[in-house]
Order: sequence, then C-alpha cells, then structure tokens
Amino acid sequence: MSKKPIAKKTTARKPAGRPRKPKVDSWKRADGRAFDELRTLKIESGVLPNADGSAYIEMGRNKILAGVFGPREMHPKHNAKPNEAVLRCRYHMAPFSVDPRRSPAPSRRDQEISMVMRSALEPAVFLERYPRASIDVYIEVLEADGGTRCASINAAAVALVDAGIPMRDLVAACAVGKIEDKLILDLGDYEDKKGQSDMPVAYMPKLGKVTLLQMDGEMTPEEAESALNLAIEGCKKVYEVQREALKKKYGIDQPQDKPQDLPPAEPEEEPKKEEES
Amino acid sequence: MSKNNIVSHLKQKKISEVLSTGKRMDGRAFGEFRELTIKRNVLYKSEGSAEVWLGKTHIMVGVKVGTGTPFEDTPNEGVLMTNAEFTPIANAAWEPGPPKEDSIELARVVDRGLRSAEVLNTSELNIISGKLVNIVFVDLYVLNYDGNLIDACSAGAIAALMGAKKPVYNVVEKEAKPTGEKVPLTVRKKPVAISVIKIGDNFILDPTADEEDVMDARLTITFEENGGICTIQKSGSDGLTVDEIKKCINMAQEKAPQIRAKAIGD
Repeated sequence: MSKKPIAKKTTARKPAGRPRKPKVDSWKRADGRAFDELRTLKIESGVLPNADGSAYIEMGRNKILAGVFGPREMHPKHNAKPNEAVLRCRYHMAPFSVDPRRSPAPSRRDQEISMVMRSALEPAVFLERYPRASIDVYIEVLEADGGTRCASINAAAVALVDAGIPMRDLVAACAVGKIEDKLILDLGDYEDKKGQSDMPVAYMPKLGKVTLLQMDGEMTPEEAESALNLAIEGCKKVYEVQREALKKKYGIDQPQDKPQDLPPAEPEEEPKKEEES
Repeated sequence: MSKNNIVSHLKQKKISEVLSTGKRMDGRAFGEFRELTIKRNVLYKSEGSAEVWLGKTHIMVGVKVGTGTPFEDTPNEGVLMTNAEFTPIANAAWEPGPPKEDSIELARVVDRGLRSAEVLNTSELNIISGKLVNIVFVDLYVLNYDGNLIDACSAGAIAALMGAKKPVYNVVEKEAKPTGEKVPLTVRKKPVAISVIKIGDNFILDPTADEEDVMDARLTITFEENGGICTIQKSGSDGLTVDEIKKCINMAQEKAPQIRAKAIGD
C-alpha cells in the first residue's frame, strides 16, 4: 500500500454558519448539482493491508473505510449456522466524524444501520458456500456528510469482492430526497437536514432487486414510486464507479493489452482466493 | 429470526405449500388481519396507555411525560422518544439483557413513523425556552410474541398518545412548578404502519411468528390519513423488485384505514 494518507483534504469548503438554502427553482442545488447528479464519487479497493478485503469511499465529503474479514471461523461458535455462513456487519462512526463530537459507543441508530446493511448485502453473497463460517464487514465512518449508510454499502460491496468472496452481484446504493416538492438524487448533509423526506435505496443492478429501502418524511405513493426509480438510476451510476475501482485494482482497466480472443474478465468473480480450501 | 435452521426449513416448506394453494396455516386470506383489539388508558400511573391484542400478540404501550433539557439545535421544542422492550416472558427465545437488533428496529420504525408524520406539536411541549421541555416517552412493552409487532405497536402507540395527558406548568421567575392540572396532548396525525411479508412468491399481511420466522423479506410502510407515506423500512434477507415493491405498497395502502379506525377507536 502506498504511504500517502488515505483521506485527502477535499477542496470543498464547509459553508460558514448556517447552510445556504438550496436553490431548487432553477433545478440547481446549493452545490450546483442537477437534480439527478451524484456527488463526486471515488472508490478505491484494497486499501487495508491486514484485511482480507477492503475499500475506501469518498462520496461527497463522506470518508468511509470498509474492511472485510473471512470467511473465517465463527466466534463465538454458537452463532454459527450449520448450513451457511453468517454475514456480520458493524457500522461505526468515529467520534470526530460529526459536529459536535459523538460518543464512540454504538447508538441505536448505528445498530439499526448495521442491521439494514446486513440485509442489503446478504442477498448478493453466496453464503451457502461457507457453512459454519462468519464473514465480517466492518465500517468506519471517518467523516460524515449525509447518506453514510449508502456510502457504507457501496464500500462494503467492493470490499467483499476484494476479499474474493463469491457474489451474485454488486450492491450499489444511493439516496433520493424531496426538497420543496422536488425529488433530488444523493442528498448532501445540508439537504438531508432541510429536506422533506429521504429515501435510501440499495440495488443489485444485474438481478434487478432492491435490497435496502427505507423512507422518512412525507411522500405520496406516486412520489415514492418515482423516487425509487430515480434512486435506481443513481445506483446504476454508482455501480459503474464500483466496477472501475475493482478493474483498477486488478489491472484490467486497459482492455487493449489483453489478447483479443479471451473473454473479458469479470471483476465480480475474482478467483484468487475462491478455491483456496 | 430463527435460531434453529433445520426446523425453519421444514416449517418453510409446509408454509409455502399451504400458501401455494392460496391459503394460510390459520385459514386466513393473504390480506387478512387477525382480530385486533385495542383498549385505551388501562394504566393509572402513566399519562397514557394502550393494551393491544393482535391474535396472540399482546402489547402494552405506556406513555410517560417527563421533563428535561431540550436539544441544542431545537431549544424551543419538546422531545418524543420511543423505546421497545422484548420482555423474556413474551417468547422462549428472548433473554434478559441489552436490546437486540430486532427490538431496536421495532422502536426505530415506530419512532420514525411518529416523528416524520410530526404527530406531536413539539413546540407545544416547550416550558422554558432552552432550559426545560416536556419529554414524551412511548414505551412498547411486548408481553406475548406471535408476529407482526411493528403494526401492532404503531397502532398501539397512536392509541396511547391520543389518550395521553401532559401536566401543566406555572412559570414564575424562570422556575417551573406543576399546577397539578393535566391537559390532553394534541395528536395532529394518526400514522399507522402496515407490514407486507414475502414468502416465496406470495405476499401476506399480519404474519404470525411462524410466518415471520420463514419470511424472505418484509416491507413496512407507514401511512398518514391522507394516504401519504411517512416511513418505509425493508428488512429480511432477500431483495425485492420494483414491481414487488409497488404491490406491497398497494396491499398496505388498502389496509391502513381499517387499522387506523381500530387505533382511533370510535
């Protein structure tokens, strides 16, 4: 791993005092994005030397590390399942990730997010291949900027692939919110707090399945449906960035170097460790 | 979630078999609820309460109104807090100890329903700005577990809040003294949560404990009176397609007014 610090200071400066009111009339938001535009998204895989798989994500000003350990022996053993592996997720925010400082002890919110993350990722993993084992996904939020659960899922999915765990699909996530009766994609922190509602969605693009769906705020059923569709469009964009991150790690970002007669490599099924046992 | 996977597999097979014939283990239709009974103000010492029976699921909801300091960013607003307790008497698999994720999810989903619908007028709970506000605690106490806790608790919470009263304070020279008088809390909206369970290709409402044990996914949708959605929560280990989600929302939307009528209890 390179010696450069993982988290680079982003150039975007925090707005002074109260956040500016998002201008949605012109379909531009406080940070100049269009309604269906994601924040800057950067994913890097294989950043933690000691983890079996890892990823670092910057989604806007969110800075999140995901580490995957396993499949490994379950501890304590009585938590193991005789027919499949158990996916365990722990979402944790650093005390300095938000203002004011938060206690490092897990809150109710953290535990709920850990749970919804697990159910968002579980459908993508071939758990039945590893009976009695555990696969541990640890998330550390270094800096929070709204939509941390979605960013965490994006990083965790890449980290799972990086760990060589066989998967049905990647899981991509992003949120849709409603501000002044308009739907917008990928809420930033200021939009999250000011908005009328917030709907985080995780989606498996190849299988076409929604694996995380939450909503808070007020929406009509029709709005909920179009919000869901907008979120899925966002997830597809995130999916491309996830794929790029994996291709980069495994040096398959220059297809012209490959012999033409070979089928293109599938980044989702990284075979390095799969058949180790 | 089941602790014992082997039994769960057998159960799953049986339940799916019965579902594929268009029926359920207890003979109900897919969209049919068990009998829901809600009794309001059953406790003397709490400011509001409701006892809920949904089939064999039995829940006591208690509302206590206390005082405390407001949050820094909302100095003039009172606080609503929802907590769920899985008592060990309710289920053989539940043990005493810190709350597990299921009970946290239950509390959070009910809490988010009440908050995002802005059920209580939080500025009405202000006593001394920046110093003292009313804190309304909604405690969901599960006495017997037979599935569908979220729906039962959300209906119970609304029923309990509608019958709840808060003490009146007299503020003299920045000192608040209770007058001994109590006035009803204003309940502005009545959101109810409806959960749709997916087992195989079938979607059912109001699952029993067995059905919940073998479910693939659950989608809980909270509706306001005007048909608006205020909370969605998906859980369970399978994904849902967009069409399936639409189907769940329609099923839940149809049922919500009936459950609300029971909670309001005319």
